Amino acid sequence: MTALLQVDDLTLDLGDTPILRGVSLAVRPGEALGIVGESGSGKSMTLRTVARLLPDSARTGGAVRVGDRDVLGLRGRELREHRRGLGMVFQDPRSAINPVHTVGAFLVERARDAGQDTAAAREQALTVLRRMGMTDPERRMRQHPFELSGGLLQRVMIASVLMERPRLLLADEPTTALDVTTQADVLALTDELRREMGAALVLVTHDLDLASAVCDRIAVMYGGRVLETAPAATLRDDAVHPYTRALLASRPPLDQRLTEIPVAPGSPVPAAQTGPGCPFVDRCPVALPICGSALPEERLVGASRVRCHRVEEVA
Amino acid sequence: MRRFLLRRLLGAVVTLLIASIVVYLCVYLSPGSPEQVLFGSRPPSPEVQAQVREYLGLDQSPVLRYLTWLGHVLSGDLGTSLITQQPVSSRIADPALVTLSLVAYAAVLIVLLGVGSGLLAALRPGPVDAGVTTLTSVATAVPAFVAAGVLISVFAVQLGWFPAYGQGDGVVGWWHGLTLPAVALAILASGLVSRVTRASARQELASEHVETARMRGISGGRLLRSHVLHNAAPSVVTVIGLQVAGLVAGAVVVEQAFGLNGLGGLLISSVQQKDFPVVQAIALVVVGAFVLLNLLADLVVMALDPRARVVAR
Amino acid sequence: MTVLPFTAARRLTRSRTRRTGLGVSGWAAVVVLVLVAAAAVLAPLIAPYDPNTGDLLHPYATPSADHWLGTDGTGRDVFSRLVYGARTSLLGPAAVVLAALLLGVPLALVSAWRGGRTRIVLGSVLDVMFAIPGLLLAILAVAMFGPGLGAAVIALAIAYLPYVARLATTAAEGERRLPYVQALSVQGHGALRVNVRHVLRNLSPVLVGQASVAFAYALIDLASLSFLGLAVQAPQADWGVLASDKDALLKGHPLGVASASVLIVVTVLSLFVLGSRVSGEDRR
Repeated sequence: MTALLQVDDLTLDLGDTPILRGVSLAVRPGEALGIVGESGSGKSMTLRTVARLLPDSARTGGAVRVGDRDVLGLRGRELREHRRGLGMVFQDPRSAINPVHTVGAFLVERARDAGQDTAAAREQALTVLRRMGMTDPERRMRQHPFELSGGLLQRVMIASVLMERPRLLLADEPTTALDVTTQADVLALTDELRREMGAALVLVTHDLDLASAVCDRIAVMYGGRVLETAPAATLRDDAVHPYTRALLASRPPLDQRLTEIPVAPGSPVPAAQTGPGCPFVDRCPVALPICGSALPEERLVGASRVRCHRVEEVA
Repeated sequence: MRRFLLRRLLGAVVTLLIASIVVYLCVYLSPGSPEQVLFGSRPPSPEVQAQVREYLGLDQSPVLRYLTWLGHVLSGDLGTSLITQQPVSSRIADPALVTLSLVAYAAVLIVLLGVGSGLLAALRPGPVDAGVTTLTSVATAVPAFVAAGVLISVFAVQLGWFPAYGQGDGVVGWWHGLTLPAVALAILASGLVSRVTRASARQELASEHVETARMRGISGGRLLRSHVLHNAAPSVVTVIGLQVAGLVAGAVVVEQAFGLNGLGGLLISSVQQKDFPVVQAIALVVVGAFVLLNLLADLVVMALDPRARVVAR
Repeated sequence: MTVLPFTAARRLTRSRTRRTGLGVSGWAAVVVLVLVAAAAVLAPLIAPYDPNTGDLLHPYATPSADHWLGTDGTGRDVFSRLVYGARTSLLGPAAVVLAALLLGVPLALVSAWRGGRTRIVLGSVLDVMFAIPGLLLAILAVAMFGPGLGAAVIALAIAYLPYVARLATTAAEGERRLPYVQALSVQGHGALRVNVRHVLRNLSPVLVGQASVAFAYALIDLASLSFLGLAVQAPQADWGVLASDKDALLKGHPLGVASASVLIVVTVLSLFVLGSRVSGEDRR
């Protein structure tokens, strides 16, 4: 099956600072891919590159294709059409939704802008809001963003995206700004609707458990590179890359009390400070001299694609 | 909303009342008295003086005089000029018309120049922005009388396009004569408005909600109108309100420079002549205009931003 | 009369990142201000002629080695008048700003510290004062005390008080909410000590920056009043007086008016630049 989103050897520089150093990913129609990593790993910038929401100083290399469109070369009208086919959910709905207009105006704005039937768009929005578990959506539509809680507002944000029936949903830490109890709710409802509509999802998060609960496959990023890509279940139980293992080990277990919160030793390194070899080399407990000088090839181990020189030994 | 309006209007009335007391005290405490100004260097007999004092009501206590005046104002009568014996309302009508036309003209220029150049700078980063920003920064440092000097020597003396003094006849002559004064008055405020417009438009352009709109494929025109201009407008309107309100008093400098008979000149001469009712009336107009224009700006902000409506509740 | 744009108060208090340098424009502003201040202090040494006596036989002389900027309508040396004019032109605004700060900052600290009813009452008083334009006050002050710099300075100091106090109140309230201030008062440090040693100290970049801006506006306003003949009186040298020589303009001798105007604009601009640099306000 051909991929809906295909990212090949993507590089990104902001001014003189390298951010992404050769990222390759693929998402099939209807599939959910999680991108997991610490801050500075480049996961959000990968997502923003797909949406082409980059600052003016950005320079890109490699290729990003959505359907049969070459995303990196798009301009003007074509770029707008490309974005219309995507749905982007931002982290903080409070700043991502214009505070001066009503929720209803926000939801039907796209239809109004395109000269479509706003009454139909309104109905569509009400349906999706109800499906997102919102009571009395008519009243909510008349209210302004500041009158809604963060959880409700993120539901509005997601509804505004889903009501347009995008082929590809991009979500950047969509539940980080919400409290823990609403997080699960919002994410589960979103996933259910997405599956019904057959939309693919790219979920960017720092939370491996969250990603494995929702996604089919997970890509682990570090220092502007993808170090391991695997089916969610495989990754959770049989992670190969030492970095993925460190991430998994640092999750506090749910069934016992710890005296100390486990951490992956060392601190994350941005792409700009990594050498020619594996970006994780400085923190890696099993690093060899070669790890600092040469980038390991991507190899298939079981169901996982891994970049590690010691893949045979660790696997 | 209605409660807010009521509260603001009440505040305006209290402000006007206090301002009138302050003005009264200043005039009362200043040396010299109105009849001395009237009589000049040849004072008539004491009996005549007493008659005049009684006629003008100057024999009453200052508190009583103030209260009498206040009572008349509340019933719509601004009183009679002590010097010319004209009703105050007709004495200040023409100067008020000059000053208010001048301020209105300048306000239009401030909105056009300030908002226009600010948006231009915000939307065209690079050399255009740098040029406009430099120009408007300098404009914020150009006092009205400096601007008046430049305009007079260039456009009146050198080129002869506009009069350096007074106003012509008819509507065209009137506005023709007001053009240079209005420009002189508008320059500094336009610079400020431009800088505020640029800053708040930039802030909105970089905001996440504009990114969302961009992501949703909203067309350029609507993006600019509905997300950038609409959101940037409240702070711009507030600054315009403050600046224009300040011009009602500030116009005196320009009026003097161009020889226009406005409220400021009348205020200065009336203070010197201790023409108490005229001074009070002008003070009321100036303070009232300030309060009213700011209230107007606040109402526009509330119409534009729902969050402001909540704060006001 | 200008309305002071002290609108950035809230943003200023938040940006606590102190800049390490003034930058090129900041240093340029400092150089200009030092030169102008030096001219004021050293006027008798710098000015080649007496500013008030002129050679009536040579009115409106063109610039020459003798008279660098020519002479005015009564043959007085324009350059000397500009140099002496720096004295009144800088002294007046300095007095206005100092008075407004001395009255406004304590009011602001009290209002921010006590909050509640104190703040509401002080705020209402300031609101009323805010609505009475400085020019109206100045004209009334002139009526009470007679024309002169003193009356104008007093009137403007009163007119600037609400601006300074408002700004300082907002800034002090921001500071008051910070955990360290609350910690200090919980530990039993006296209000006066906390306010003077900590709050005031941390506000000083904001206050100095705004004092610089207020100085600029006071310079404009006082020059405007001198232009109207209400502050510094005509024979005395003052930039506002020099810039108001409309006779010279109409007779086609704009050099004196122009150089006084340029001095005013450049000084005001330098004060603005310095103000925004010192207070750490970002120029976006």
